[in-house]
Amino acid sequence: MKRRARVWYWLLVVPFIATLYPPFYARVKPVVAGFPFFYWYQLVWVVLAALIVCVVLVATKDRTDV
Amino acid sequence: MAVTIMGFCASRWRSANLSKLDEWALGGRGFGTIVSWFLLGGDLYTAYTFIAVPALVFGAGAIGFFAVPYTTIAYPFVFVVMARFWTVAKNRNYVTIADFVRDRFGDRSLEIVTALTGFAAAMPYIALQLLGMQVIFAQYLGFGPHAAAAENVALIIAFAILAAYTYTSGLRAPAMIAFVKDTLLYVTIVAAIVIIPQRLGGWGHIFAVAGSALATHKPAGTLILPPNLYFAYASLAFGSAMSLFIYPHSITSLLSAKSKLVIQRNSALLPLYSILLALLALLGYCALAAHIAAKDPNYAIPLLFKAFFPDWFLGFAYAAIVIGALVPAAIMAIGAANLFASNVFQEFHKDRPRVQTRYAKVLCLAVCGAALLVELFVPVKYAIYFQLLGGSLMLQTFPATALALYTRWFHPKALLAGWALGIAASVAMAKAADFKAVFSLPLGGGHVLVGYIALYAVLLNLALAAGLTLVFNAAKVKPGADLTVAADYA
Repeated sequence: MKRRARVWYWLLVVPFIATLYPPFYARVKPVVAGFPFFYWYQLVWVVLAALIVCVVLVATKDRTDV
Repeated sequence: MAVTIMGFCASRWRSANLSKLDEWALGGRGFGTIVSWFLLGGDLYTAYTFIAVPALVFGAGAIGFFAVPYTTIAYPFVFVVMARFWTVAKNRNYVTIADFVRDRFGDRSLEIVTALTGFAAAMPYIALQLLGMQVIFAQYLGFGPHAAAAENVALIIAFAILAAYTYTSGLRAPAMIAFVKDTLLYVTIVAAIVIIPQRLGGWGHIFAVAGSALATHKPAGTLILPPNLYFAYASLAFGSAMSLFIYPHSITSLLSAKSKLVIQRNSALLPLYSILLALLALLGYCALAAHIAAKDPNYAIPLLFKAFFPDWFLGFAYAAIVIGALVPAAIMAIGAANLFASNVFQEFHKDRPRVQTRYAKVLCLAVCGAALLVELFVPVKYAIYFQLLGGSLMLQTFPATALALYTRWFHPKALLAGWALGIAASVAMAKAADFKAVFSLPLGGGHVLVGYIALYAVLLNLALAAGLTLVFNAAKVKPGADLTVAADYA
């Protein structure tokens, strides 16, 4: 795999940093739609992490892959 | 009924010679993205998950939500690491993760302990799917003196069906049924999330009531994670994510995929299930807000459904959960049987005869039977403890498996010692913590760090393995041969 493409894999570290450090997000405010921050932050990250995987998939796909 | 027939018909699907192990155990390694999505989802989101996660949120609050970051980080990990495993497994025709360990390290003991660990962790897992089913059966059969006996009969019948179709069709059976199961589950959860919060007065109200209810529990639960549990939360998520895909059922589903791309695509698509899991966890709070009185938190979700769903839909929802137990149980039984047949049983035959599919099939029946016995005779409390410990046991094989995909620096005997230490440490910490999943590590000065036992144990494991590797290398103790080559991983 080309050097350029490999760099994209580092993007996958972002979800780890965002979700594994509770001090970032263990609080109530700001409240959205009745949900405390602690909860909606983690829900948002489920979606964001999936999008990041999508991005990396497309960016690193070999033309020869089945 | 329909599901049973499907199970048997599944053997006709993508017809092939089912006496070949690849065909029986891995569905011919030909499942595309969509089938794999249902199968992997069916694996990972099980009856037990659906009962136990909300139960934890219902009983203890925020800490139960660790399942959400756990699945969030699991997928990026799968995308990279398990895709690599799929590649080497395809190139060298592996059926289990212990096959890889054997080739990579040339060490039979390491291969056998890896297999046995997977096998040991599989049993309580299957038994707990039965628990999930039992909780549902209890809704119909009530709680009277005859109820327990009736439940057991229902359980035995369900399991006989499971064993029979798995024996005949192998992985194709749960793959096919996974379609049905996941669809039912999706519909149920979406319906629950749409109907219930609205009837309870909105999420703001739900969180408020849940918060006050949690404070009255003994020990008190919390709505927002308190600082003394930050590390516990993160370590539970991280440790669980690292071990998730080493479990026999995950490996089995993974290896049945047609290509590496299927795995990678599913890493992006499976999170759809995580959203469901998050919503399900939040239903635990709905149960609190609805003042569901459940002496056993495991009954929170079934009772919540009973309170809000009309009768006809209730049957549908309960069926979803029951089928949700059979699919992962089947996959796990196949995975466990494979491990024993390919990696343990084989070792006691001098010339390693080609794995007989028949052995695997019979073992699968045996695994189903054993799990049933565990569920019938071991008190529930202990089955759950063993399951939590199971996660810790699985993580001890991480160095010899996931890590080994990238480096062969560790000496196999050092890994073996590390594994043994990890297992011993897990059991010791579990006993000290009264079989909860987290242990309070004393830090001196009266401070403690509460963390996931599995993580503490694997760190000790790695430390010992690293130390001994240095020692063995210095003493020129020969490691086994690595039969894999760089090209196998590309």
